[in-house]
Amino acid sequence: MEFMDRGRLRALQAERLRECVKRVYEKVPHYRRKLDAAGVRPGDIRGIEDITLLPFTSKEDLRENYPFGMFAVPMEEVVRIHASSGTTGKSTVVGYTRADVALWAEVMARTLGAGGTQAGDVVQNSYGYGLFTGGLGAHYGAELIGASVIPTSGGQTKRQLQIMQDFGSTVLCCTPSYALVIGEEGKEMGVNFADLPLRVGFFGAEPWSQSMRQEIEAALHCHALDIYGLSEIIGPGVGFECLEKSGLHINEDHFYPEVIDPTSSEPVPDGELGEVVFTAFTKEALPLLRYRTRDISRIIAEQCPCGRTVRRIQRVTGRTDDMLIIRGVNVFPSQIEEILMRVEGTTPNYLLVVDRKPRGLDELEVEVEVSEQVFSDEMSKLEALSEQIRSEIDNMLGLRVAVRLVEPKSIERSAGKAKRVIDRRDLGR
Amino acid sequence: MTAVQISVFLENKSGRLAEVLRAAAQAGVNIRALSLAETIDYGVLRLIVDKPGEARRSLSDAGFTVSETEVIAVEMPDRPGGLAGIVDLVTKRGLNIEYLYAFVGRRGENAIVVFRVDDVSAAVAALQQGGARILSASELAAI
Repeated sequence: MEFMDRGRLRALQAERLRECVKRVYEKVPHYRRKLDAAGVRPGDIRGIEDITLLPFTSKEDLRENYPFGMFAVPMEEVVRIHASSGTTGKSTVVGYTRADVALWAEVMARTLGAGGTQAGDVVQNSYGYGLFTGGLGAHYGAELIGASVIPTSGGQTKRQLQIMQDFGSTVLCCTPSYALVIGEEGKEMGVNFADLPLRVGFFGAEPWSQSMRQEIEAALHCHALDIYGLSEIIGPGVGFECLEKSGLHINEDHFYPEVIDPTSSEPVPDGELGEVVFTAFTKEALPLLRYRTRDISRIIAEQCPCGRTVRRIQRVTGRTDDMLIIRGVNVFPSQIEEILMRVEGTTPNYLLVVDRKPRGLDELEVEVEVSEQVFSDEMSKLEALSEQIRSEIDNMLGLRVAVRLVEPKSIERSAGKAKRVIDRRDLGR
Repeated sequence: MTAVQISVFLENKSGRLAEVLRAAAQAGVNIRALSLAETIDYGVLRLIVDKPGEARRSLSDAGFTVSETEVIAVEMPDRPGGLAGIVDLVTKRGLNIEYLYAFVGRRGENAIVVFRVDDVSAAVAALQQGGARILSASELAAI
């Protein structure tokens, strides 16, 4: 598939798009309304270029149809449900039919295969297993290839390293920041990575950079490949790097990419930066038309030296919204704001500081200004306040953060919207 | 029979304590006693002053988070065991002392201890029954 003739690929995409639009028009009331409002009939879609006639889908559409309203199949056919955090209290819910799970395994097998993974490889999968799509996505892909999967999930780094040495892991799947943690911890334990059979790592679920790639490759003595995905489209497996390490090949026979100007919503020419939009036309449970990812990148139309004909996008360089990705967890400042409001009774002034610690893992520090309403002369009450904020955030988002109480007005206020986020991670490309 | 303590939230940044003291001085507030509790990130400065109202206003105006706290100030003999005797009066009743700090009065014969308790009226009663001399706000201001 990845090496298919481009003309045939376009014909296949057109056919799949036509079928998908027809299907969602019949099965998903939301899309019927949207298409009717846009004056588009399924029959209007002939070639893949007609995709621009279609309305966009946004995270808000998923929220409005929470939890299962966008599903195009009855629940009897849904065999898996995953969820990621949404902008406010409700999470973004995605469903898979049996065929979707197989499709997911297929695109993840391509992803892992592009880095040379094959039967006989020992795949240490340190992505978290659970609602997060990372763990199970990589797991099914590696199994399909016929590799031996070790479902270590995240954390317990010393144990991860023990397994890596004893089981002879040749492939590692985890977030890039966790790869650095493994490298650091291994160094401290006296692990000589050059002597280990580890050959390649597939790192995604958070933004990273070329300099981090060099750091990881030097520390772990393996190829470090970027992978791209989002749960709405399928999870990991939307895009993958080959060993050329120059952009992410998109599995565009299933996930059709476009790049648009986020303000005008008009498509931009290949090579120009914009918001990446995907149409997931082959998924049964949750087909999505022109889903706006809020990720910023550009399409690389030139063919890759590896010979794959599917187009590439550049490593994601930013977001059009204020979403942060911290250790694979999506965090919106609005979620933190809600929690602070609940704890304190008013919305305090706050600032989120994201940093990548020398040991690798991304850390989120929540700075909260201490107002007279919550101030206490007793240290134990102040400590209890920060502990409560910490545990509420952990409960809601599944993310451990540091909470720091600061003096009022120490957080910069700008004339318009307050600056809520400082990202100190080196994400320079 | 209680006194007012001014409590100030302070980040652990160099120069912040000096700024509190400067703001108090500019408002003509005289500090009688002070204690500072701290964590890695922040501290709470507790002040006994001659003019609590002035102090609170000036520090709020200077942008600090300030609160007034009801505390008990007790005069005690400035000799070994003086403080122990006073603390016993309170804790033997099962009352919880959140924190305390002590200072020596100007005349030097007696020392003064400032208490923060969760149940102020019970603590006042226990101290009075034990014969301790509780200073009024005006007495404290006049030290």
